[in-house]
Amino acid sequence: MFGIISHKLVASTAGGSPGQPILRAAVLAMMSNYSTATKQIMVREALNSALDEEMAADPTVFLMGEEVGEYEGAYKVRFVNSPLTPVSKGLLRKYGPQRVVDTPITEAGFTGIGVGASCHGLRPIVEFMTFNFAMQAIDHIINSAAKTNYMSAGNINVPIVFRGPNGPAAGVGAQHSQISSHWYSSCPGLKVLAPYSSEDARGLLKTAIRDPDPVVFLENELLYGESFPVSDEVLDSSFCLPIGKAKIEKEGKDVTITAFSRMVGYALKAAEILEKEDLEAEVINLRSIRPLDRSLINNSVRKTNRLVTVEEGFPQHGVGAEICASVVEENFNYLDAPVERISGADAPMPYAANLERLALPQVEDVVRAARRACYRSVPTATTA
Amino acid sequence: MNFTSESSGKRIPCFRVLDDNGYPIAGSIFEQVNKEVAVRMYSGMVTLQIMDTILYETQRQGRISFYLTSTGEEAINLASAAALSPDDVVLPQYREPGVLLWRGFTLQEFANQCFGNKADYGKGRQMPIHYGSQKHNYFTVSSPIATQLPQAAGVAYSLKMDKKDACVVTYMGDGGTSEGDFHAALNFAAVMEVPVIFICRNNGWAISTPITEQFRSDGVVVRGQAYGIRSIRVDGNDALAVYNSVRTARQTAINEQRPILIEALTYRVGHHSTSDDSTKYRAVDEIEHWKTAQNPVSRFRKWVQGNGWWTDEDESEFRSNIRKQLMEAIQLAARKEKPPIANLFTDVYEENPPNLVEQERSLGETIKKHPQDYPSDVPL
Repeated sequence: MFGIISHKLVASTAGGSPGQPILRAAVLAMMSNYSTATKQIMVREALNSALDEEMAADPTVFLMGEEVGEYEGAYKVRFVNSPLTPVSKGLLRKYGPQRVVDTPITEAGFTGIGVGASCHGLRPIVEFMTFNFAMQAIDHIINSAAKTNYMSAGNINVPIVFRGPNGPAAGVGAQHSQISSHWYSSCPGLKVLAPYSSEDARGLLKTAIRDPDPVVFLENELLYGESFPVSDEVLDSSFCLPIGKAKIEKEGKDVTITAFSRMVGYALKAAEILEKEDLEAEVINLRSIRPLDRSLINNSVRKTNRLVTVEEGFPQHGVGAEICASVVEENFNYLDAPVERISGADAPMPYAANLERLALPQVEDVVRAARRACYRSVPTATTA
Repeated sequence: MNFTSESSGKRIPCFRVLDDNGYPIAGSIFEQVNKEVAVRMYSGMVTLQIMDTILYETQRQGRISFYLTSTGEEAINLASAAALSPDDVVLPQYREPGVLLWRGFTLQEFANQCFGNKADYGKGRQMPIHYGSQKHNYFTVSSPIATQLPQAAGVAYSLKMDKKDACVVTYMGDGGTSEGDFHAALNFAAVMEVPVIFICRNNGWAISTPITEQFRSDGVVVRGQAYGIRSIRVDGNDALAVYNSVRTARQTAINEQRPILIEALTYRVGHHSTSDDSTKYRAVDEIEHWKTAQNPVSRFRKWVQGNGWWTDEDESEFRSNIRKQLMEAIQLAARKEKPPIANLFTDVYEENPPNLVEQERSLGETIKKHPQDYPSDVPL
């Protein structure tokens, strides 16, 4: 078993894609514009503090997953000069093995157990090492969790949270890079959240844990180590963000760009570039994939008349497809250009760094899409 | 270098109390069952038999869409239920309605669920036989096989954390033990040390797959040890043996906070369900043999009557009574209104999300506009 663990660890620490250091610098630079920021915390810390506070407040909340206890989480990625906190760090020591449960390797098994526990008064947080492995448990997530309140006529509630990193990391190949956002979001009975910043991570996780319905909480491995400024309000133990509400990260009037998770950072970077060309993009951080904040998105498109959707997942039936359909159905006459969808390539994720870069949306792709939506002439293909 | 053989050579012995003729086997040690419990168990088995016969026919007549019998497994149903306390949480597969019957679910409540009418506790959302009852601590039946097993371990974990004087009992068939969930559930329950009893109704058939094609092990009981779980093989058609083993299992599970595996050997006399015709894959005389010579109901009847607690007159009177009650319940259930259309939208989430509120409103408007197209027996 340790052989497998160290392999997974090595895979996730393998040097990041070329875009990463630029992103981090850009994000940090932009964040310094927030004048109300009093403290910077990493997403990982934000998640850890949310888990800690909710476990302290409610004795029925408990965490279960592979490596969450003794090992304190699989994502203790160590960069030089950067003391990084694993997501479940310290929780075992504080709450004991009854509330931080190390599970054997069976996603289907421990997901079923989590659902059973939640049916009878406990509030489990089931951690998947990545959502790729959650596919082995998908029957329990859909058939046992999502549908149970309905099929039991409200007699069996399932207040469970499924969380873990979703999507590509850096150089981990096809079976470790799948995005599941659109699969879970097509299911009635589930709520699906995708935080971006530390504020998102804290607020949404706390709400998810308190929510009476099953929530799929899609984190991002590459964001764990990112720092974001947080106000005192965010650090308060009662801080919660509502489910179903998106956030306008940056206001604009020329084109709406929707994104979630890591892509919000890319969209913001693209907006910066577009500003130099006198195009003001409005960047929307979805935060909630199901339910989607359709009214906020539609209001924005009514203002800008142009839409670009960004996601890392496969293009067919993606989140962008649903957003596009919603906007076309409700505000067809407000659209001045066809909707542009930016997504990952329609192929299993390749491993080689250059191929991986080409298979994922890059900031330049978002910029080009926005220009196309605004009828500025651009080549549609990337240059290698 | 010694490979442990794939088979131990000897089959694990089977615990029995009554022989085929309903006489206690000489030298068998068992907890006695008093008249009240014995008669209640026996009459429950008869009720289950009659329920199965009549509701099966009701499906054949096209009045309900589906049904699944427990014929041949009445002893497992009633005797295991009798050995439990009402606080023990039950997670069934689907061939255990007798447990719910023992706990007080009425014939009318069974009929309501099968007809999916307004009084159905399931609000008309489930196929027939997918019973569930919170007040009886009986989880709603869920179709996917063996998913209830790891869930049962999870419920048991909750009981353990609450230090309750109760355990979880979950059922599965021989086929269900092939599912990955079986492995994960037993492994986990042992590692987490939780009070759960896994009862496998080994009835010889998983739809058309006989046990010879299901596994190569000596049945299911031998697997328990592989997970570090105390296990027993029991004659599932011997009501007293089932009662005794479940009683002991329950005490052990709660006092020692450990899982127990019980393999109850039996035979599925009926077809898998109304969607199956088992004569297509097994011999008719095999079915007949188990229906008559190995019938668990008549075997227990012999013991109960032998103790002077039941007579032939009691039998015919009871049977005709139950038949009459059930026919009335079915008539009532068939005539009752269907569940209101509002039930289509509720319980997807704890609170109705805005898109469903909007859809319900929009549907209401459409119905108002075209009342002649709306069925008269479906309330709003």
